[in-house]
Amino acid sequence: MSLEALYQEIILDHSRARNGSGLPPQDTIDATGESHQLNPVCGDEITVRVTVQSKAVQSLRWQGSGCAISMASASMLHELATTLSARDLQARVDAFRQMLRSRGTTQGDPELLGDAASLEGVSRYPARVKCAMLAWVAAEGALEQITPAMDTGNGAAAPDAGGENEAMTRLIAPTKG
Amino acid sequence: MTVNNDLHAVLAQPAGLTDDDVRIIQQDFPALHQEIHGRRLVYLDSGATSQKPRWVLEAEREFYETCNAAVHRGAHELAVRATDAFEDARTTVAAFVRAAPEELVWTANATAGINLIAQALGNASIWAERGRGGQEIRQLALKPGDEIVVTELEHHANLIPWQELAFRTGAVLRFIPVDAAGSLRLEEAERLIGPQTKVVAFAHTSNVLGSVAPVHELVQLARRVGALVVLDACQSAPHMPLGLPSLDVDFAVFSGHKMLGPTGIGVLYGRRGLLDALPPVHTGGSMITTVTMERAEYLAAPQRFEAGTQPVGQAVGLAAAVQYLDGIGMDRIHASVTVLGQRLAEGITAIRGVKLLGPPAGEPRIGLAAFDVEGVHAHDVGQYLDSLGVAVRVGHHCAQPLHRRLGLSASTRASAYLYNTTDDIDEFLAALSGVRPYFGVGK
Ligand SMILES: Cc1ncc(COP(=O)(O)O)c(C=O)c1O
Repeated sequence: MSLEALYQEIILDHSRARNGSGLPPQDTIDATGESHQLNPVCGDEITVRVTVQSKAVQSLRWQGSGCAISMASASMLHELATTLSARDLQARVDAFRQMLRSRGTTQGDPELLGDAASLEGVSRYPARVKCAMLAWVAAEGALEQITPAMDTGNGAAAPDAGGENEAMTRLIAPTKG
Repeated sequence: MTVNNDLHAVLAQPAGLTDDDVRIIQQDFPALHQEIHGRRLVYLDSGATSQKPRWVLEAEREFYETCNAAVHRGAHELAVRATDAFEDARTTVAAFVRAAPEELVWTANATAGINLIAQALGNASIWAERGRGGQEIRQLALKPGDEIVVTELEHHANLIPWQELAFRTGAVLRFIPVDAAGSLRLEEAERLIGPQTKVVAFAHTSNVLGSVAPVHELVQLARRVGALVVLDACQSAPHMPLGLPSLDVDFAVFSGHKMLGPTGIGVLYGRRGLLDALPPVHTGGSMITTVTMERAEYLAAPQRFEAGTQPVGQAVGLAAAVQYLDGIGMDRIHASVTVLGQRLAEGITAIRGVKLLGPPAGEPRIGLAAFDVEGVHAHDVGQYLDSLGVAVRVGHHCAQPLHRRLGLSASTRASAYLYNTTDDIDEFLAALSGVRPYFGVGK
């Protein structure tokens, strides 16, 4: 597989644009969840903040540093999330995770994942799956905080970035309580 | 075992390795003869782990085929052969660092070696507290207020065991800072190392910066106050002639897998007599003299620290590895790898938007160079290079505090060894200069 299939132009564009990055100070923390995730392998870090109102995602913003894949993925997630219900966002996270774990057997669905569908090539690079997953795991953690009781359609499944170290990631960087 | 006849011709020549010599050496390394993504593999990640020559693979195989048995027990012929092979391996590897066999303890790797010393010192502290052992134990024990000194550039393997030892004993961990270029600040070392210092632990050569520590100066500072010196020789043992006793350190560690040997085998060197004074860490079979239901008497070093069945095949493999290295000559390997290190440093410096870490080109460094590509994350750098068949290491290289000090979260590292030609370095440099254009930065 060629490098171009991994680093598509749209991915490089997003990695530079970093849509939705920057966490302005907030006054109300009602219905806001925030989660920090760290990839201990390379030190990539991200904090994702999600605000939900009437079960709809009001905003998803993030702050972080990392490789082109992780930054593009966060930027794409920001664009995708703002139109969704909290339950739908969780469903997209699940679909994204499934695509990344497929080792190239599942194609990304742009209907479901928007620009993030272009990250399907990452699934052929197991070492990079965690990079792509980082922001999405943080979003999941943020959602959990706002809506522990609210049904996000995820049951009790633990967030998981697609590798063995996630349990560790979460231990090292517990979500903000 | 297979003998590479061309290698004999190389060895007949005077010092230094030419690219032609290296190409002959490369023939011994099956893993190097592969295509990666349709390109010739350029392996520049030996700092993480080295490739293995057939000589080592065959030595291990031969051991299993002709000698394999439990060592130090049993009276049958295979047990004798296995024990001989195991202890001969110890003698060979000890000689490689100019040590005596009883000064050399087998460990799983360098990390295990440092943990072993730290835990043994922790045990000494407990023994002293509970009145076990004599004056020697009391001298080794750490107590609240004592200090352990490391440096800011350490691999986590030479940092975290000391953090834990400090925690267990109430000692305080201090570190010798580095300056913005990554050099150790010796004047700070002088200030830090005082009568309260019990241990001074540092890397002989940095796995990130490639710099060589001022061993003599640090040892003198430690000796002045009677502190123990622990040397992390993980990145020096593979690359330079090493006489541990003449460096006058108390302990040193290195890993077999970084010096052509198998994984699962490493070395803890301890100055004669000192190892015998330390309490054991792992206890059980093979390390005792008399055992009752209540207590046990322990053997002297090295068996004192080798409880349970040992990595015998791996020890034999490591002995074959140092024979191979000695066969070529550590002076010659050092000279060759130093040239490659300088070529890396110079080439990296010449690429716009790429910042070399550690000593500037022209200053002493071993055969590795880490760098930061402005605007491109190390992970992406590594992925791009891999697509061209060039294998490098990316990340924090198990040195987070150093990276933080340098204002980075990650870097990319190219590390050379005896099987790398100057062409390998040039191919890497050509690939590296394509990184920023590819990712569209610095246009
Ligand atoms: C300087 C240094 N110390 C310690 C280690 C740990 O070696 P190992 O993982 O073989 O125990 C390494 C290897 O990366 C190293 O480069």
